[in-house]
Amino acid sequence: MTYPPSGTAPREPGTDRSSAPVTVPAQRGGVRTAAERLRAAATTEPGRLRIAGAALALLVVAFGAVTFLEISGRASSADDVVTRSQPLSADAARIYRSLADADTMAASGFLAGAQEPPDVLARYDADIKEASRLLVEAAASTDASTSSHREITTLSEQLPEYTGLVERARANNRQGLPLGGAYLRYANQKMTAELLPAAERLYAAETGRLAADSADARQFPFLSLGAGVVALAALVWMQRRNYRRTNRVFNHGLLAATAAAAVVLLWLAVGHTLARADLRSATVHGQESLDVLNKARINSLKARSNENLTLVARGAVLTPDGTDQYETDYSTGMKELGAQLRSAEELADDLTGSEPVGRAIDSVSEWQERHKKARTTDDRGEYDSALQQIIGPENSTGQSFERVDDALEKALAHEQDEFDAAAEDGRGALGGLPIGAAVLAVLGAAAAVVGVNRRLSEYR
Amino acid sequence: MTRVKNRAARGRLHGWGGVTGMAVACVVTASLTLLPLAHGDGTFGGRSAGHDASASMPDRAETCKDPEASVPASDADGPSIEKIKQRGKLIAGVDQNSFQWGYRNPESRTLEGFDIDLVRAIAEDILGDRDAVIFRAIPTNQRIAALEHDKVDVVVRTMTINCERAGQVAFSTAYFQAGQQVLAPKESSIEGYDKSLKGKRVCTAEGSTAYDALNEESFGAVFRDEHDETGLDEDLLTVPNQLDCLVRLQLGEVDAVVTDNALAAGQAAQDPAVELKGDKPFTTEYYGVAAKLGADDLVARVNHVLDDYRRGGDDSPWMTSYREWLATGLPGITGPPAPKYRSN
Repeated sequence: MTYPPSGTAPREPGTDRSSAPVTVPAQRGGVRTAAERLRAAATTEPGRLRIAGAALALLVVAFGAVTFLEISGRASSADDVVTRSQPLSADAARIYRSLADADTMAASGFLAGAQEPPDVLARYDADIKEASRLLVEAAASTDASTSSHREITTLSEQLPEYTGLVERARANNRQGLPLGGAYLRYANQKMTAELLPAAERLYAAETGRLAADSADARQFPFLSLGAGVVALAALVWMQRRNYRRTNRVFNHGLLAATAAAAVVLLWLAVGHTLARADLRSATVHGQESLDVLNKARINSLKARSNENLTLVARGAVLTPDGTDQYETDYSTGMKELGAQLRSAEELADDLTGSEPVGRAIDSVSEWQERHKKARTTDDRGEYDSALQQIIGPENSTGQSFERVDDALEKALAHEQDEFDAAAEDGRGALGGLPIGAAVLAVLGAAAAVVGVNRRLSEYR
Repeated sequence: MTRVKNRAARGRLHGWGGVTGMAVACVVTASLTLLPLAHGDGTFGGRSAGHDASASMPDRAETCKDPEASVPASDADGPSIEKIKQRGKLIAGVDQNSFQWGYRNPESRTLEGFDIDLVRAIAEDILGDRDAVIFRAIPTNQRIAALEHDKVDVVVRTMTINCERAGQVAFSTAYFQAGQQVLAPKESSIEGYDKSLKGKRVCTAEGSTAYDALNEESFGAVFRDEHDETGLDEDLLTVPNQLDCLVRLQLGEVDAVVTDNALAAGQAAQDPAVELKGDKPFTTEYYGVAAKLGADDLVARVNHVLDDYRRGGDDSPWMTSYREWLATGLPGITGPPAPKYRSN
């Protein structure tokens, strides 16, 4: 306790010795005397005890400080995962989905004729509103220099252009002018060539940030653990030395310091291991499923859009080898959707998760069967009948699509819950650790000083 | 590699020596990486895409003097007719976006127009039922491919008869006289297919006669997309369908459209703010019904149908159909063009 002057002293000679011989006169004298005093002190046992006590206190405090800093960083990353990056990633997915859904609804409504069905119109409006709202929110929570912000700007600029084209398509369609179909195709081209890729990049960037935050939080706290091991080893060494010189087994102060350091070390190891495990499970069981399901949902929407547009365009746009562009895009989309659903089923780790995915898989094959029939009908030239098989209320591909969409929505909600729960646990596992480590370290350091002082008093 | 080298150089040499060393290292690495590129560039050669097409053109023009002349009309059956009869349906490639020619009326959901009437007349003659038709909507650039791949029996889709196409498909006698014309907003400074097009962005359908015409003489108009005729086509100035041009025009992305006056009239009918520019078309073209090359029995039969279709003066089926669909957009036509037949 009466220590401060020499408590700081031991470090300075160590650093000074090599470069000391050169100038800087003013303070040199003070430093040199301190160094000499220390050297002198090290020759007597009380002096050595003083130095050792100071070093022990310092080590324990350093252990606490390093733990506090390192785990605070981990905890704030874990906090970011729960409160910031996951919600932002989910919002980006929602923007992406709203846009794709709006495009699907625009084509569905258009196909239904001059008078669009009110529920389709309402869903289109809701999609556009949600996308606009989420874009504003996302813009507020992203840095202007990030790539995410660039994508948000692109989306905010292009969205009004897209809705403008859809409105023109509707106005012309209502008058029975074929120009409406051309406008709708142009709107779809804007959506698939510009808006959706930007939304996809935004989603990828936000999901990447989530992965980075989670990885940061899971990073092993090497420094803290190392400092803890060193502090504990020093305490044990000190007690061994005591025992050898005095034959006394216990020194209460040092024992208390050892206990404090051991508790912090244990807490650190267990707490962070738990947090790691929880965050890992959030990533593996939650986020990976969410990612696949989100992509599957987008693909189902795109496929539906292309299916509708095949009827709107009726061969107005072809691939270089002469097949219908929209039909080709539909087929590729459905293939991807199938693969994604299969991997979502593999990722799903409980029945509540795999059940809706299984339903989606069934509905997709039903959709494909119905689609094939509808195409055959259309190729025979029976447009009206084909139209009913695509957008009709019963036994249509539209019905199958809705089933897929519903099932995926359920699966997504479930995986989101899983993620939230696991990530919340992970964040909780680190709770209180930084403060606890700091407090225990200070107490431990104090105990170490008291313990050494007790030995020291025997020399007075 | 270079970074490591540079760092080594910096370690050994200080001051100017170091700078010189780095400069040398930079030059060496730069020349090493750039040299192969310069060589490679030379071997790639110029763009050769256009050469083949233009080289084969004069060839055809020599053998083709009068593409409008078709095989003589006949109502005899042949292999192509037999196929249609067995199927019980005529498969016709049509447009569904050409207002007044072939378009799907969103209200009645049926295809309507001048071309559609003609298809029905052909079906009635061959199969005795004007509704025994499967309509397939095909885009402009797929008209020939659709015939070659047997996706359709006939193409009745405002298809211009010309020498190049006459070598790829079999045309009937002409059923309509049209010509390329410029369509632009009424206030536009564009006056027609002339110098007023200079610097203007002009839209055409991919693979259309209009595009070829601009290719020969564009009057300084901008009409090509950077990646035309490749999968990367931007679809800005050349578009899949002529109606897409009106979309681009209304959005201010192009200044004018070049297309058949017949189609342009259909566009003008959908937008009162645009009009046909110039007194008359700058080309004379004839629309024909196209069948697969070699399907002469079918073409002769179509010619036979067309003979009946033209007959009857003002009350002919042709004039009736004209009055119903085209008279408002293209007034002043008094009758169909006269058929021409091959002499041999």
